[in-house]
Amino acid sequence: MEHTFDLTIIWAGIIGFGLMMYVLMDGFDLGQGILFPFAPNEKARDTMMNSVAPVWDGNETWLVLGGAGLLAAFPLVYSVFLPALYIGVFLMLAGLIFRGVAFEFRFKAKTSKYLWSWSFSVGSIVAAFAQGAVVGAYIQGFETEGFVYSGGALDWLTPFTVITGLGLVAGYALLGSTWLIMKTEGEVQDFAYNITPKLLAALMAVFAIVSIYTPFIDPSVQDRWFGGISIIWALPVLALYCAFIVFNSVRKRQEGMPFVATMGIFLFSYLGLLASKWPYIVPPKFTIWDAASAYNSQLFLLLGFLFVIPIVLAYTSWTYWVFRGKVKEAGYH
Amino acid sequence: MELDPLILSRIQFAFVVCFHAIFPVFTIGLASTIAGFEILAFKTGNPLWQRLSKFWIQVFAVVFGIGVVSGIVMSFQFGTNWSNFSYATANFLGPVLSYEVVTAFFLEAAFLGVLLFGRDKVPQGVHLFAAIMVATGTFISSFWILAANSLMQTPDGLELINGMYYVVSWTDSLFNPSFGYRFAHMALASFLTAAFVVAGVSAWFIIQKRELAANKKALSVALWFLLVLAPLQAAVGDFHGLNTLKHQPMKVAAMEGNWETSTGVPLLLFAIPDQKAQTNHLEVKIPKLASYVLTHDWDGELPGLNEVPIEEQPPVFVVFWSFRVMVGLGLLMIAFALWGLVLRPKGRIYQSKAFLNGLRIMSISPFFAVLAGWVVTESGRAPWLIYGQMTHAQGLTPSLTGGMALFTLIGYIVVYSLVFSAGIYYLLKVFRGGLEKASAPHEMDEIERPMRPFSAAHVAIDEDL
Repeated sequence: MEHTFDLTIIWAGIIGFGLMMYVLMDGFDLGQGILFPFAPNEKARDTMMNSVAPVWDGNETWLVLGGAGLLAAFPLVYSVFLPALYIGVFLMLAGLIFRGVAFEFRFKAKTSKYLWSWSFSVGSIVAAFAQGAVVGAYIQGFETEGFVYSGGALDWLTPFTVITGLGLVAGYALLGSTWLIMKTEGEVQDFAYNITPKLLAALMAVFAIVSIYTPFIDPSVQDRWFGGISIIWALPVLALYCAFIVFNSVRKRQEGMPFVATMGIFLFSYLGLLASKWPYIVPPKFTIWDAASAYNSQLFLLLGFLFVIPIVLAYTSWTYWVFRGKVKEAGYH
Repeated sequence: MELDPLILSRIQFAFVVCFHAIFPVFTIGLASTIAGFEILAFKTGNPLWQRLSKFWIQVFAVVFGIGVVSGIVMSFQFGTNWSNFSYATANFLGPVLSYEVVTAFFLEAAFLGVLLFGRDKVPQGVHLFAAIMVATGTFISSFWILAANSLMQTPDGLELINGMYYVVSWTDSLFNPSFGYRFAHMALASFLTAAFVVAGVSAWFIIQKRELAANKKALSVALWFLLVLAPLQAAVGDFHGLNTLKHQPMKVAAMEGNWETSTGVPLLLFAIPDQKAQTNHLEVKIPKLASYVLTHDWDGELPGLNEVPIEEQPPVFVVFWSFRVMVGLGLLMIAFALWGLVLRPKGRIYQSKAFLNGLRIMSISPFFAVLAGWVVTESGRAPWLIYGQMTHAQGLTPSLTGGMALFTLIGYIVVYSLVFSAGIYYLLKVFRGGLEKASAPHEMDEIERPMRPFSAAHVAIDEDL
């Protein structure tokens, strides 16, 4: 059926946008959990958790919205990725549940506080690692027969995906530490200034490995990068430039710039990855059009999304606006 | 023994969905209860209604918080364990489930915060409006979920092309033949749940002589509601059953334990269905009553399980007994509502220890009734995932192995046990804190503290009260 508008492109844009929002926003609050074991003391941990507490669940909204939207707009992605990543999805959900509950109860706990700290930290690390491994698995591609995943339970877990998993753990920790630089002062901020360059170095190492390795897995990626569309080389260059800004601004002890530039690293790496794989959404075989749902289903839901996304964005901005400025030292009992 | 991914996936789904279902069924009813308290507070100006509302909002916040967490797992299970089903139905199920999420987020973004934290910050009318909108929102959410489930029971408005369903008519598929009955039945179940919990908890407070004035009001209102709702639910359930007989006769045959198509079918009070032998043992029956209930004719003909091959029969024992648990609890609820009416003159509902203690125990009965009801309707659909069109086996994820399914089944049991025992434990603390704690200035209040649903509760999790 031919239609005037290609809704599949619009949906690819919506899902892509939602995913980026999720990574940037949940990234810095997952980062707090990853940094938890390295924090100087319990008071610092309280402050770290307070620095994300009002916004974290709004951040996770984007994951659920993206997941549901995926089933509606690109069912093939949903029905191949989830079986292929079966164990990883479970680990991610378990991680997110534990850290989510820790948010609720750590603030209400007195003697059992340390348990909730562990729950928060381990949950965050496991969730971040699983998400990073998903990125790696996407780069690797999926074994399919017809429209059905036909690989094994642990195909997603390879040395490469372990590296991307660890890379995202480092990346989220970097988002978390630069967030702390912006939102806190004193001891916690000093801690964040100190740890940021190390995290940046770890992230850059993974960035290099992925950039070199990806074209070898997938010849079409090689063609893409060495096939004459030179404009896309701007993306990794910009990502590297952002990394340099992070390094430089931390050295100058600037407060807002490290976080902004870290978001830049993520944004340009993400766009670079999309540029490599476009238009394949279930590599190596299926494009966004192969994976798309029926036109009238895409249209039916689009009406709802066009209504609700502005509201979610407005609510999100409002929450961040109310929460602007530095987080005071932890003040609860 | 070979691990069967099909059985394990079904157990896992049943486990997660049962665990999940008890929270929304309570919050849906409770949201309306709170809106009711707020309306009464607004109209009468009596501060007692506000005290009640403050307390039950705390309970709502905690239950809502737990329900959201278990709901996230639900949204991924369709893909992980039932990928063929998800793929085939995505054109319908995708938008419908997404709309549920969208409704929930819209609700949370726009009104939940005002309801939970806005009492002293916005005019009373705005707060009341938020309460009503939250209550409305919970119904819109359940509209989508029940439309999705009803479609699996009585598919309509879809066309199957190359293994994928396409929506021909959104109206027909959303408002499919069993939807209206299911929605009414579930809405009443939610109200009954909230009414029994409010009655039970108020009774408990009254026994302890705490906040007597407010809790007596709550108990009285809850009992009036039960008097209307409990019998009404029986009537709606009856209509739902007739609808099921029309569209899913084998489910009704299993509910009645009726193996052979015949006339003048008895109503079985007790039996041990034996699927292998295709018969019942130890029947205790009332002659011809089942025929009369279902066809309004003492000699009406009812279809029996022998109309389909054994492999297409639902698990009769499970359906038969879950149905009896549900109906039995329903009758018990009606009995309690009537007992309340008898005791009401001279205010004996506040004094009779037997009645008050009975209500305490009855406060958990709706949860069991709801779960039993879902087991009837879901197991009664077996072996079909989409009635008459796709079996459980066809909907299963092809790459799923028994080992994988076992791993996550154990995993979810462990995660849920840990997390939800903490949640329930905390909820009990909030109950113990009572109206006094809910209306007291909060010692746990913090500056710049997050505005999470749980933040509406001001009780420490690990401190004795």
